[in-house]
Amino acid sequence: MLLTGAEIVVQCLQRENVKYVFGYPGGAVLHIYDAFFQQDQIRHVLVRHEQAAVHAADGYARASGEVGVALVTSGPGATNAVTGIATAYGDSIPVVILSGQVPTAMIGQDAFQEVDTVGITRPCVKHNFLVKDVAELAETIKKAFHIARTGRPGPVLVDIPKDVSAAKCAFHYPETVSMRSYNPVVKGHQGQIRKAVKALREAKRPILYAGGGVILADAADELTALARRLGAPVTTTLMALGAYPASDRQFLGMPGMHGTYEANLALHHADVVLAVGARFDDRVIGSPEHFASEPRTIIHIDIDPSSISKRVKADLPIVGDVRHVLADFLRILDEEGLTAPRETLAPWWERIEQWRARRCLAYEQPADGPIKPQYVIDTLWKVTKGEAIVTSDVGQHQMWAAQYYRFDHPRRWLNSGGLGTMGVGLPYAMGARFARPDAPVVCVTGEASIQMCIQELSTCKQFRLPLKIVNLNNGYLGMVRQWQELFHGGRYSESYMDSLPDFAALARAYGHVGIRVDRPADLQPALERAFTEHANELVFLDVRIDPRENVYPMIQGGKGLTEMILSANDL
Amino acid sequence: MRHLISVLIENESGALSRVAGLFSARGYNIESLTVAPTEDPSLSRMTIITSGSDEIIEQITKQLNKLIETVKVVDLSEAPHLERELMLLKVRATGKDREEMKRMTDIFRARIVDVTDTTYVIELTGNQGKLDAFIQAIDPALILEAVRSGVCGIGRGERVLRA
Ligand SMILES: Cc1ncc(C[n+]2csc(CCOP(=O)(O)OP(=O)(O)O)c2C)c(N)n1
Ligand SMILES: [Mg+2]
Repeated sequence: MLLTGAEIVVQCLQRENVKYVFGYPGGAVLHIYDAFFQQDQIRHVLVRHEQAAVHAADGYARASGEVGVALVTSGPGATNAVTGIATAYGDSIPVVILSGQVPTAMIGQDAFQEVDTVGITRPCVKHNFLVKDVAELAETIKKAFHIARTGRPGPVLVDIPKDVSAAKCAFHYPETVSMRSYNPVVKGHQGQIRKAVKALREAKRPILYAGGGVILADAADELTALARRLGAPVTTTLMALGAYPASDRQFLGMPGMHGTYEANLALHHADVVLAVGARFDDRVIGSPEHFASEPRTIIHIDIDPSSISKRVKADLPIVGDVRHVLADFLRILDEEGLTAPRETLAPWWERIEQWRARRCLAYEQPADGPIKPQYVIDTLWKVTKGEAIVTSDVGQHQMWAAQYYRFDHPRRWLNSGGLGTMGVGLPYAMGARFARPDAPVVCVTGEASIQMCIQELSTCKQFRLPLKIVNLNNGYLGMVRQWQELFHGGRYSESYMDSLPDFAALARAYGHVGIRVDRPADLQPALERAFTEHANELVFLDVRIDPRENVYPMIQGGKGLTEMILSANDL
Repeated sequence: MRHLISVLIENESGALSRVAGLFSARGYNIESLTVAPTEDPSLSRMTIITSGSDEIIEQITKQLNKLIETVKVVDLSEAPHLERELMLLKVRATGKDREEMKRMTDIFRARIVDVTDTTYVIELTGNQGKLDAFIQAIDPALILEAVRSGVCGIGRGERVLRA
């Protein structure tokens, strides 16, 4: 039986067990939309902007661990999707983007709604394809899913000209893919692993430094088991919050620009650093030169060889899937009979406890003063018992959410760490809710970020998504204002937004519940109502917070881990 | 340090722009790049001349390997290898210069491949140094046009790069 290209697309997605496609129609994808109309296995989620389609697919992937799928039309549909694609690429998230293209015969003629989608997206995808022949469509889609989810994951785009989706062809979906040019390493080098275990066993001041790769590889259990076995402290980056339970004593918090005092000092003074799926990003270690000033042994496990020794030279590089490699570590420790943490780490822990005693995240909430953002997140954590999926946007609110919501489980914290894209919070929450329809999903945002994808409140109404939006409304591009206060002599150039909307009323206009919170005493009751009385509704909490509050600790860009500013008093 | 990197890559449209884009996006030097299909027409072979510290060269080879269509990457300059480049040079060849051009061509073991009353096209192969030396050796006023292929390279002896 012959199928059209559009029917083949749908068949392929069904064979990949895709449950949701986030998309927006247009001329070049009309055939594909027609094929969607005639099936009911895959649910199409109609967003209000293509950027949000890709963000939602990305959020779905982050929350579920499965490949997210987005569908957009040619030209403006594709260019609108680019921010979403680059955001997924920045955090190595498996997403397949299907884009329509003008008919093959018209490519290159500046046709209506033609852009070189493959060219525009090339630097921000793991790979992309232009399908010129319907006979290659099924295999290309199979490859796209394979490439997106294996190795270091990432977005893969398949550009489908309109005549290809109309043309007919016999359908055959390949069971497997074999590509001579693409064979990611899974198992780590056993000799290197043994050396690494030895180095860790002999370490006097070890630390486990975990990054987003641990989440992507679903290796939280292995990481936790290894940390317990070694008795070593753990720090997880912004991308790995939840990879190790935050409520555990061995957890030091996140490192980096807004990391904790104890995490940064422990990372700096450790004699053996086990970096797992992390990449010594500039937001984590600041200056590589400053970091290199302290001698230490660095063991670096990553599936992507190009992440190893890129910014910091690794003494023991191990290329492989971090879950496999960590399992090997545990097996070797078993063989060697190391079951309990050793006494020798006691002096190291003593030092760490001294650092921790500085209580760098302590804050005060005056009963009748302005609402402190830290108090909002703390209260949110209490009200949701630490069990919510929390998404955020980019800015101060993102850092407060990361610092004060203590994540005990992986895939509960969704944010744009690599690209730092304002606007992801709401579509991430949508994607997360589709992935986990049973879970409470909260979007912690700022009044500026939320406006970058606020049109999605309409999508939320259509699909009855009972999200809870906590808008930390400080009236400022707060993170920009903070830098201007600290490094630009208090000249607040364009960081104040006049004429903000009444967010609660706006939410109501979209058909949701809108609540404004001005006083500390009203916060907890409002949050509780959101999860009880309004459990099945989207609730937009517009929380007016102290506009002067800054995020601390802070390391100025380019400075080292020991050069932290702990509070305004340090300036 | 100068390095000569050979890449076997799927002969797909777009593969070249992925490589070129990688070099420009990451700020790596590219002094010369040649590409053509191999004996297996589904594969292209590129030879890239680049320079940088050891760390940069390590990143370049890793990033090249990371491209989905890359089959193999070797840094040929790590071991004995041959480098060749082809040059076609159109020169003014009149009067006493005509004889002089013929003489230089012989000295450099080049060949005259096109002759008119007033011009020669000279073909010369060799490593980059030899081609440079030839250009140095003749009167620049007589060079009408010079076209160089860029360098291609191959390992000596049993060292073989194939899929
Ligand atoms: C799309 C985009 N544009 C600009 C920026 C730069 N930027 C980073 S944080 C920020 C301010 C965010 O303001 P808001 O959402 O109110 O959060 P706050 O810092 O006040 O909590 C800006 C403009 C960005 N990260 N993303
Ligand atoms: Mg703000």
